[in-house]
Amino acid sequence: MKVELTEVLWLDEQEQLSLTELAGLSGLSEAELHELVDFGAIIPLDPGAEPLGFRADCVVTARTACRLRTDFELDAQGLALALTLLNRIHDLEAQLRDLSAQLPHRP
Amino acid sequence: MKYKDYYGILGIEKNAGVPEIKKAYRKLAHKYHPDVSKEPHAEEKFKEVAEAYETLKSPEKRAAYDQLGSYQPGQDFRPPPDWQKQYSDTHFSADDIDLSDLFAGLRGGRFHARQDHGKISMPGEDYEVAVHITLEEAYRGTEVQLDLSMPEFDEQGLLHRAPHVVKARIPKGVTDGQRLRIPGKGGKGFNGGRNGDLYLNIVLHPHSLFRVSGHDLYFDLPLAPWEAVLGTSVDVPTPGGPVRLKVPPGTHAGQKLRLGKRGLPKPRAGEGDLFAIVQIAVPGVVNERDRALYQQLAEGSTFNPRGHFEQELKNESRTH
Repeated sequence: MKVELTEVLWLDEQEQLSLTELAGLSGLSEAELHELVDFGAIIPLDPGAEPLGFRADCVVTARTACRLRTDFELDAQGLALALTLLNRIHDLEAQLRDLSAQLPHRP
Repeated sequence: MKYKDYYGILGIEKNAGVPEIKKAYRKLAHKYHPDVSKEPHAEEKFKEVAEAYETLKSPEKRAAYDQLGSYQPGQDFRPPPDWQKQYSDTHFSADDIDLSDLFAGLRGGRFHARQDHGKISMPGEDYEVAVHITLEEAYRGTEVQLDLSMPEFDEQGLLHRAPHVVKARIPKGVTDGQRLRIPGKGGKGFNGGRNGDLYLNIVLHPHSLFRVSGHDLYFDLPLAPWEAVLGTSVDVPTPGGPVRLKVPPGTHAGQKLRLGKRGLPKPRAGEGDLFAIVQIAVPGVVNERDRALYQQLAEGSTFNPRGHFEQELKNESRTH
């Protein structure tokens, strides 16, 4: 059977999603997304804008939030705290990887 | 169908109460949840744990599970003859179904084919897969074939696991950790519900020479001591092919020499940079002639690499 070649979509800062699209892709409700925005766990493009817009890579954070909410039965505040700490860990891991790449590896 | 020992997976007795089941689940979820765990094979372990919890926390599912009987984990088995009649109005073949797919459909004490359940449309499940590619593939772009297995209903309404092959074009510009989405290539939707999406998590294989930092690349450039002092031109490898790099006189160990736009391409335009990190290499074995030359240099040179120590040593001698 011939399998058709599929094109992929980027999930990065160049692509944007509306609040409704982010809710549809992540499994969170719009109200839950609003709460996470209020707690600072998900950062919209313009916090003052209505309706809110997001970078497409926010879908990764929002899907993580949906999994954590379901799997650990977290409320919005607990979820926001967990997400903030996870984001901080990811940022530190990325810094560590970058610094490690810059270190000479052979004596 | 392969048997799974849900009690064993959670590490609890068969007569455990709901609070014990919950406690065991939470403990294991903290350990293996793929979003927080660094344990090897955390994702597979967490899936097992979550599946066991989903089944045992529900009195209906737990009763149905207990009625299956006991087998060795991984052992092929078939539900007892009256089991399907008692619990299921879904037709399934025990040969190509996973226990989790079966228990996911239990509601109101019976298993239902989701496509027949009140004709409610349901979206298909999203799936996430890690896609391992080489640095060269990331540089040029590549095509990957993903062989997945997803539960689905066939034309007769039979629930079974089906192979699901997706061929995707990975565009140049991806780097380690990049996420991509393929709409509609996840699990099939039911009753007109949209198909789920497939999420790809790009993982770059470690390269023997280049180290990756976003779209920038780093590699070690060993230089002989005289090359570092006098300067030189060397041919160096880059992902796009070898280039000649000019090393200026007086280059020191650890110095980064930038080869602009020779790193990984960025998603839509532009390229990262390539950095050569200088290392001063010394020979392990020195022949007589070289030794004599080094000796001559040592005796004639006024260079003091530890000049900055002198002030410090003077200060210390004053305080003692």
